[in-house]
Amino acid sequence: MIVREIYTVLIALAVAVLAGSAMILLVGQSPFEVYKLLIVRTWGDPYGLGQVIFKSTPLIFTGLSVALAFRVGLFNIGGEGQMICGSFAAAVCGATLPVGTPWLIAIPLCLIAAMAAGGALGAIPGVLRARFGAHEVINTIMLNFIAAAAVLWLGNEFFFLHATTHTSEIIAGAQLSPFGPVADSGSAANSSFYMALLAALLVHLFLQKTRTGFEWRAVGLNPRAAENGGITVSRAIIGGMSVAGALAGLVGANYVLGYKLYFEEGIGRGVGFMGIAVALLGRNHPLGIIAAALLFGTLSQGGMAVSELVPRELVDILQAVIILTVAGASAWMQRTFARRRDG
Amino acid sequence: MVDFFLGVLSLAFIAQVLRITVPYALAAMGGVMSERSGVINIALEGILLMGAFTCAVAAHEVDLASAYEADNIAIGALAGALGGVLTAGLYALAVIRFQADQIVAGVAINLLAYGLTRYLLKLIFNSTANSPSIPGFGSSILLNPTFWVVVLIGVGVYILVTRTPAGLRLRAVGDHPEAADTLGVSVNAIRWKAVLTAGALAGLGGAWMALSINGFVAEMSGGRGYIALAAVIMGSWRPQWAVAACLLFGAAEAIQLQLEASNIEMIPNELTKTFPYVLTMIALAGFIGRSRPPAALGKPYESG
Repeated sequence: MIVREIYTVLIALAVAVLAGSAMILLVGQSPFEVYKLLIVRTWGDPYGLGQVIFKSTPLIFTGLSVALAFRVGLFNIGGEGQMICGSFAAAVCGATLPVGTPWLIAIPLCLIAAMAAGGALGAIPGVLRARFGAHEVINTIMLNFIAAAAVLWLGNEFFFLHATTHTSEIIAGAQLSPFGPVADSGSAANSSFYMALLAALLVHLFLQKTRTGFEWRAVGLNPRAAENGGITVSRAIIGGMSVAGALAGLVGANYVLGYKLYFEEGIGRGVGFMGIAVALLGRNHPLGIIAAALLFGTLSQGGMAVSELVPRELVDILQAVIILTVAGASAWMQRTFARRRDG
Repeated sequence: MVDFFLGVLSLAFIAQVLRITVPYALAAMGGVMSERSGVINIALEGILLMGAFTCAVAAHEVDLASAYEADNIAIGALAGALGGVLTAGLYALAVIRFQADQIVAGVAINLLAYGLTRYLLKLIFNSTANSPSIPGFGSSILLNPTFWVVVLIGVGVYILVTRTPAGLRLRAVGDHPEAADTLGVSVNAIRWKAVLTAGALAGLGGAWMALSINGFVAEMSGGRGYIALAAVIMGSWRPQWAVAACLLFGAAEAIQLQLEASNIEMIPNELTKTFPYVLTMIALAGFIGRSRPPAALGKPYESG
């Protein structure tokens, strides 16, 4: 089982490295040099490492969001919109609090605001699925656009500073400290990384050790059997989508509370969609998700690092190839193994 | 206000609606073909983008070699369709041959199109944002032969899906693949054809976008593939209603542009853009008739 998962990931990485090499050769550079630079400039010094951690943090949150929904049998492609709502709410909360508010009150309040906003957006497709049978995939896609537009309107109308597309800065008490081990490197890594690790642990414990977690997993495996076993399926669906939304909303902690200190139009773009890739590559397991987030964070930072040799979009291509091959290889291996067992 | 009404009543306004609708309609017809065969097509967004890019590259090359503008448009349109077919081919390989999850693979194709077009933009045109200007359509859409070709294609797709034996097989494969297989219909061969045709249609839609703004701009698909997908659902997976939904979305967008031009703001501009998305959610919840997807949508099929 585990071996099969590792094979899948290795195949995907090999295919991505090959496809990437072809793209690199196309611009007349040496694949070896480019890949070497990509690794040295990310994991080779404290600044690079800090940036990798900074870029991995939101991916852990959105990866957990997709994975949790998946365990309840739902597909959350709404991370993008939930992340925007969470970031915006965290910024507005952090900027509206009285200036002297101590961090022990300010930070939890901002986190709650982020989770509430993301969770509310997640709850909508949950309710529509549970009550009307409307598929959450389409609804979460639609809500990504609606959320982005609504936040832009709220910002322009009420919260953005004059003639800008960002809110005012949050108070000092709501700001997160830099990430300890690389604090002096000038990177954007901040203590929200610890929160992401904690969130991964909590999601794991919740799903494996609590009664509600058990019920949700049962719904994910077989909703009809769960219903017959006395579990309220609609409650699990609405609950699962809300918690998934809240997790994606926490992305705001990294970008707003830990780095920019305000919400800006376009902040964090793409991390919601990348959460799908992270959950897929991490096989929906918390440790796998952390590892996958670190890999995609490395690629994302690595793109900047190699941009003097090749266009930095090389890493977008690598990421897409990894997702395609993991998705294809895992389905393919599953069938091959099943066939071997049967006959 | 008077400006606005005069604007909306003009022929120019109708032309504007049609101009906006064409790429939506082409992609949506592709979406109908693919989804009726049982394959979800979130990749429409990426296919539109790749179609626009291959069109711009080809039209640019031809522009250097030929003196006739019609050549550019024809070559550009064909190249766009070809780019769409290639992109859809990769998608079909992943989801039909290897049975990858269709939603995940669709998102990956969109990401790939986004990265690859920017990468090649730098490689071919040495630019981060756009291609050099290519010859495109003139101002009048109704006198534009390409538009009438698109109309013919639309009628063709409608007849193919609803009135021919091939269309019957297409729908059978999407609703009851086992039954179709039992009757000797090759499920995956039909799905391949449907997805590749969807690629040609959406790729042509991309070419239309590039030809109407005389070039390629990074990320120029701008969510249109998702709007087309919304139209497929709004139109309950039927080609004629999907195109009608595209016209509705196109008209809404044109009205919004007209309101902006006349400086009228009844509903904030940021929010009017969400019209197609909100309407689709309402339709999907069953408030506007029942919108029921093909029974085997999203389920890979392996002949037993």
